[in-house]
Amino acid sequence: MRKRSVLPGFGLTLGITVCYVSLVVLLPVSAMVARSTSGGLSGFWAAALSPRALASYRLTLTASLVAASVNAVFGLIVAWVLARYRFPLRRVADALVDLPFALPTAVAGIALTTLYAPTGWIGKPLAAIGIKVAYTPIGITVALTFIGLPFVVRTLQPVIGALDADVEEAAASLGARPWQTFLRVVAPAIIPAWLTGFTLAFARALGEYGSVVFIAGNMPMRTEIAPLLVMTRLEQYDYSGATAIAVLMLGASFVMLLAVNGLQSWSARRSA
Amino acid sequence: MGNSSMRRTRMRSGPAGRIVRIALTATALLFLFGFVVLPLVAVFAQALSRGVQAWGAAVTDPAALAAVRLTLLTCALAVPLNCIFGIAAAWAVTRFEFRGKNLLVSVIDLPFAISPVVVGMMLISLYGLHGLVGPAMEARGLRVIFALPGVVLATVFVTMPFVARELIPLMEACGHEEEECARLLGAGGWQIFRRVTLPSIKWALLYGVILANARAMGEFGAVSVVSGHIRGVTNTVPLHVEVLYDEFNFQAAFSVASILALLAVGTLAAKSFVSWYSRQRGGNPEDGEIA
Repeated sequence: MRKRSVLPGFGLTLGITVCYVSLVVLLPVSAMVARSTSGGLSGFWAAALSPRALASYRLTLTASLVAASVNAVFGLIVAWVLARYRFPLRRVADALVDLPFALPTAVAGIALTTLYAPTGWIGKPLAAIGIKVAYTPIGITVALTFIGLPFVVRTLQPVIGALDADVEEAAASLGARPWQTFLRVVAPAIIPAWLTGFTLAFARALGEYGSVVFIAGNMPMRTEIAPLLVMTRLEQYDYSGATAIAVLMLGASFVMLLAVNGLQSWSARRSA
Repeated sequence: MGNSSMRRTRMRSGPAGRIVRIALTATALLFLFGFVVLPLVAVFAQALSRGVQAWGAAVTDPAALAAVRLTLLTCALAVPLNCIFGIAAAWAVTRFEFRGKNLLVSVIDLPFAISPVVVGMMLISLYGLHGLVGPAMEARGLRVIFALPGVVLATVFVTMPFVARELIPLMEACGHEEEECARLLGAGGWQIFRRVTLPSIKWALLYGVILANARAMGEFGAVSVVSGHIRGVTNTVPLHVEVLYDEFNFQAAFSVASILALLAVGTLAAKSFVSWYSRQRGGNPEDGEIA
């Protein structure tokens, strides 16, 4: 079962690890799954697939997908620029990429809402040309773009940094146009990492709550994301309804985790 | 990042290459400015919109101070616990081979994948009044949900992987020959850890603690579900920001939020410094990866 090692502490450290993981993570996960079916399977599906829940899933999925796509495009540009070019304030820009990780989501939420409200710095000019951002699905997408940004940049940056510029140079000297060099030489090398970053940003967006709840407007059927619906059900003391949606979201998290693991091992094989 | 390849890139780029470079750099900086810098500036602008005195009044309000105390207490409990767990997990996973290791590593990563609101729901299903063990604990006078233990448990859950995540790849890369040497020379387990392992992982450990602490101070969704928002009792700083904001007391909300924003900027600075300093020293925690 375990290979012989001269180092001590196997029993102690594995014991601590397994006990801790069981108490902190596995026990609560099992409790929620167990509670979700206590009202019978039909009750579970009725709560998890109610029209209001379905509307929230649709909104959450669409906004997360759009936000992850925006990040895929701009994250690639940011990662490329940070990895390849030298310019003033590069270190500051590099550190700022992590701000969405470091800034508490509630702070990000109220800041974005203030910026994009019809009276805000960005919201006002946009309102003048008829675009409403705060309290609409666009606002939700903006918040999800903010929190997803570091995922794409940080997965791509080391891969772009490790690319050998000689190969691009060779392609160029053999007569390849810049877009050909990008499509034929650069893109194949970065696609696994790019997809991983996209998936990480998407997965994070699916469960995001703090930064979205302020800017969303939270209108049932229209601007209510799935995590918020869990909160609403809970505040109405509808425990089985809240649990059913939460279990479905947990299932989605597992699927995303598997997808990310698959992508990462593909990515590792590619770069090996 | 190869320095030489960067220099070459610059050398070979003709006028067209230069235009592309400037356009890409401008796009990237504009995007970062709009999505990252502006929200940060907005927090401080709103916080100081009625002057420094109003800011001071908001952050020294008794409810705000109580929230700060609760957040500090929560961090003081959650971060060391996860630190000990992270070291134990990294030792077990990187120093021994055993069945189910990959599964264990995936479970350690799980908290990053789960929505904070779902984390809160799990704790309610377990410790809540309708939960599996909640009623029995309540009968013995131990309340978890809507009380301090719930806030701490939620924070422990969401910050669990940070330290382990930093240590596992580093200890894997370091190998265990030096520790085995120490063992053969007669060192005990604790001695090996303190004299051989710790010096080579200390920067990654610090890095993990910084990240875990930032998340612990800022956690909102999970804590929001289990805290019950009892002012002065179970309101952490982010929850206090929400309460003030929902009362349309925007200036006070942003004033309290500005403390968290300052902490976030401090975290980024500390993070950059640790990865820069440890690169100088040779140890190399992964640059900026939290995912």
